Amino acid sequence: MSPNITLILVAATMLGTGVYLLLARSIVRALVGFLLMGNGINVLYLVASGPAGEVPILGEGNGGDISDPIPQALVLTAIVITLALTAFVLSLAHRAWQLGRDDLLEDDEESARIHRRAEENDVSGESEDDADVIAAEFAEEDEGSGGAAR
Amino acid sequence: MNEYSWMVPLLVVLPLVGAGINLAAVGRTRVQRLASMSVLTVVLVISVVLLFAADQRGPQVVHVGGWAPTDGIVLIVDRLSALMVIVSTVVTMAVLRYSIGQGRSSFDNESDGHAPLPVFHPTMLVLSAGVSTTFISGDLFHMYVGFEMLLAASFVLLTLGGTEARVRAGVTYVFVSLLSSMLFLLAIAMIYAATGTVNLAILATRLETIPHDTSVVLHVLLILGFCVKAAVFPMSGWLPDSYPTAPAPVTAVFAGLLTKVGIYALIRTQTLLFPDGTLNTLLMWAALLTMIVGILGAVTQDDIKRMLSFTLVSHIGYLLFGIAVGSSAGVSAAIFYVLHHITIQTTLFLVTGLVERVGGTTASSHLGGLARISPLLGILFFVPAMNLAGIPPFSGFLGKVGLMQAGVAEGNWLSMTLVVGSVVTSLLTLYAVARIWGRAFWGSPPQIEEGMTYTPARTGTGRAMGAGVVMPTMALVVFGLGLTLVAGPLFEITDRASLDLLLREPYLLAVLGETVR
Repeated sequence: MSPNITLILVAATMLGTGVYLLLARSIVRALVGFLLMGNGINVLYLVASGPAGEVPILGEGNGGDISDPIPQALVLTAIVITLALTAFVLSLAHRAWQLGRDDLLEDDEESARIHRRAEENDVSGESEDDADVIAAEFAEEDEGSGGAAR
Repeated sequence: MNEYSWMVPLLVVLPLVGAGINLAAVGRTRVQRLASMSVLTVVLVISVVLLFAADQRGPQVVHVGGWAPTDGIVLIVDRLSALMVIVSTVVTMAVLRYSIGQGRSSFDNESDGHAPLPVFHPTMLVLSAGVSTTFISGDLFHMYVGFEMLLAASFVLLTLGGTEARVRAGVTYVFVSLLSSMLFLLAIAMIYAATGTVNLAILATRLETIPHDTSVVLHVLLILGFCVKAAVFPMSGWLPDSYPTAPAPVTAVFAGLLTKVGIYALIRTQTLLFPDGTLNTLLMWAALLTMIVGILGAVTQDDIKRMLSFTLVSHIGYLLFGIAVGSSAGVSAAIFYVLHHITIQTTLFLVTGLVERVGGTTASSHLGGLARISPLLGILFFVPAMNLAGIPPFSGFLGKVGLMQAGVAEGNWLSMTLVVGSVVTSLLTLYAVARIWGRAFWGSPPQIEEGMTYTPARTGTGRAMGAGVVMPTMALVVFGLGLTLVAGPLFEITDRASLDLLLREPYLLAVLGETVR
């Protein structure tokens, strides 16, 4: 069985753009990223199910090869789950907008505080003491949660 | 051989029915409490029966709807699943009991506190059902559905009340969780494309027949998804960022259960699907870094909840260490350590909830003299804290010794490095909890000043330390101590569990029967 190249390209594009959007600080943008990724993966399930065939229902086909029904069942489940989670994230974004008229993700206060303290304690600027290690760790963490939209 | 298997689906069905009753009884607090506690009690009894059944007569299997393993979903309870369900039910019960003891207005300081409560019980039950689903599932996609159930419930719990801090923390948590689910879903798609099945037992036999390179790719994808869930460094940054803002009972149940679900999934995949141990070296490095980086984070924290979140990350490293060693002794010690760690971490977060009730805050720089204000609180914190640090004769010590023995028996330089790393981590854990102890429990109580955002409830300790919240916490502390008492028999069970996991034959035989093999 050779896989369908067009579908793979479609899925790859959707996953790529999805990952890019997911890195944004805006909740709604990140949600769109999640949706693109989710649907990209759903397309991959179509690739996994192999070439399309006849309806996989007893007594409906004309005796030819049938489509693999299991990936379709899996995709249906995944779509339902994605729908529910989308509803939740939208309500979260709405709540964030209600609270701050904004849906951008703020920095974590506590980690920002420790980061500041580490910078204040860093007198020499070159020694590899504990503060440096911890500051680096927190800088990394900040990037992890903030990322592309800085 | 399977006369107890009819009980298996009840582990999921009962909590869901309970959640339904709870939703119907919104506003009738008494009905809600009765329904959730009785449902969880029954689940606990069933899981204990299933543990004995699985131990004496082999894994209990249900083919849902009578479908063959090739077409339908398989539920299976072996020793590992049964042990996990028992401990998770115990901590969920303690946490629910604690939240009942807290009374109505405890979830949200900023609103009237009445609104979030009706949704708390049903959501906890759905969480419990999701956790059980993951533990008893014999099917990769069904496991994914279980993950999503517990995730959706955890989203609601983490953002209870919808305050600004919780929404902020919730966004981080929600998107990291969604990403890990997407990775898992992607891995399942790839696995289906490569093997044509999502049943774990059939996968175990088919993965051996596909090219090694392909199976490594599938392995990496699966492990990545689970490691984000289990907060393995470098995918651990989300955890200390999001857990501390939630209400105490919620953080407690998250700390106990959610990361351990990822660890459980890792144990299953490593032993059943990929027994050749190709990625064990990588996992060992991840374990070492998780331990060290996590505990270095913990020693700088001022807030007790954040300190505990970092120790949570750090001790995931121990579990991963046991899994990565991959020997029977390693997996057995890892299972024992999971059981210990679920209990202890939940206990400590509940105690921190008590600290917040007595001292008005969890920032240790604003606390002091708690041991004098309430000696009982001191004991309740001290015992599990020493247990976490691994002081003999507590179960934390026994688990760590088991892991180190397995590491030494492995004998190569990397596993020896890990043994040294785990000793260092253990000492630093002791330092981190001792530091919190010195700042919050010793010294003199803080003075009440103008403009303080919290109120030290020094006069109201009787109310703050009411029996409703102290009893469940104490019960968990005692349960943690009990793990020490039954450590011998428990280690025998985990030994048998890990032996069967590594043999794979009992699991495959139970699901597929003689004919399909």
